[in-house]
Amino acid sequence: MEDLSFQHKVGARAGGLRQTAIIGVVASGNLEVLVERVLPDAECRIEVKTAAVGFGNVWTAVIADFVEHYSPGGLKFSINDGGARPDTVSLRLAQAVRLIEEDGQ
Amino acid sequence: MTAPIKQTAPASVERSRTISFNEASARTRIERLLDAGSFVEFIGPESREVSPHLKIFDLPEQFDDGIVVGRGRLDTSPVFIAAQEGRFMGGAFGEVHGAKLIGLLRAARELKSIPVLILFDTGGVRLQEANAGELAIAEIMRAVMEARTAGVKVIGLIGGRSGCYGGGGLIAGCCSALAVSEPGRIAVSGPEVIETNRGVEEFDSRDRALVWRTMGGKHRRLLGAADVFTDDTVHGFRDAALELLGLVGTFGLDLLKAEQVRLADRLRSFGACEDGVDIWTAEGIAHAETIPELPAEQFIAVADKIGRTSHDAR
Repeated sequence: MEDLSFQHKVGARAGGLRQTAIIGVVASGNLEVLVERVLPDAECRIEVKTAAVGFGNVWTAVIADFVEHYSPGGLKFSINDGGARPDTVSLRLAQAVRLIEEDGQ
Repeated sequence: MTAPIKQTAPASVERSRTISFNEASARTRIERLLDAGSFVEFIGPESREVSPHLKIFDLPEQFDDGIVVGRGRLDTSPVFIAAQEGRFMGGAFGEVHGAKLIGLLRAARELKSIPVLILFDTGGVRLQEANAGELAIAEIMRAVMEARTAGVKVIGLIGGRSGCYGGGGLIAGCCSALAVSEPGRIAVSGPEVIETNRGVEEFDSRDRALVWRTMGGKHRRLLGAADVFTDDTVHGFRDAALELLGLVGTFGLDLLKAEQVRLADRLRSFGACEDGVDIWTAEGIAHAETIPELPAEQFIAVADKIGRTSHDAR
């Protein structure tokens, strides 16, 4: 297992009112993303626990791309990864933002 | 006179009618099975009650340890619900996973009046925490029986990818009633386990048709192990759960004695059968060999003709 942590400055606060959301399952080639609205509006943090060791550079690139695209201000992402491919990671992160931006709770 | 405006079902209900129970995640199953927006989770992923054992094996954890538990409403009545996630470590029972289900059952036992739905999807005990998992199975079985003794209905719904095996099969056997779909399988020892222990002549685990004739949903319904057979949709399981909640009688010694008689009769009637097809034939089903190919609707019609074998027992 390898632990990775990323911190980004973000331009805008993520929309919606939900405080938490979760998407995905920890399985081979899959991952779960827990997202919580717990940070100041201009910050975003992503913590990863991955079964695939040695892919720090790929994570750095995928997450930088995600933060730039979605501007997830105020959100903390916690990821348990079962060795998902970068496109699956991008998809789950996008789904997590979309879920927490829904109304309710 | 104008005709009354026909009420159209909301989009979410329409979607539940077509969503495959088998393919849905544990969270989607709960969300679509219960009344919309009614689910409240206990010990949710944000509390991070993960397995204390997996780290030792350098294995990834899941924030809910592979089971979602909570309360909600089913056709406006309150229910407790637990759903195993069969894709995380085969839905296997570990220490935390088991404790969440035990807690839910004990809460139901204390309140006495709120039924429990268990959406099984499990290969059995999680081998990396085998002792804790075995203990959890024993405690869950006790908790199910204590809840039933207190008057709680405990309904098992089985249609997940991992089936309901090992200790999961034992717990299912303790429930008030079970609903199953075609892809749902119920057994204690899985196909590979039987083949490993008794040889390929005893059971060929690669013969998928044999596996389904022996452990699959249709066979379990015809044998009376499952009370209701449903199409593989979340909505089908919702209807099945409602039907079973209406059917389940009072639990007590008389019921247990009736169940013992039913099981003894079953063994006497079918004990010499070599194959599922022989059992179905002995039950009076014409062209029993066509059972595996029957679409759900036709199968339900056939199954209803031979009756609800466990109606007055279990």
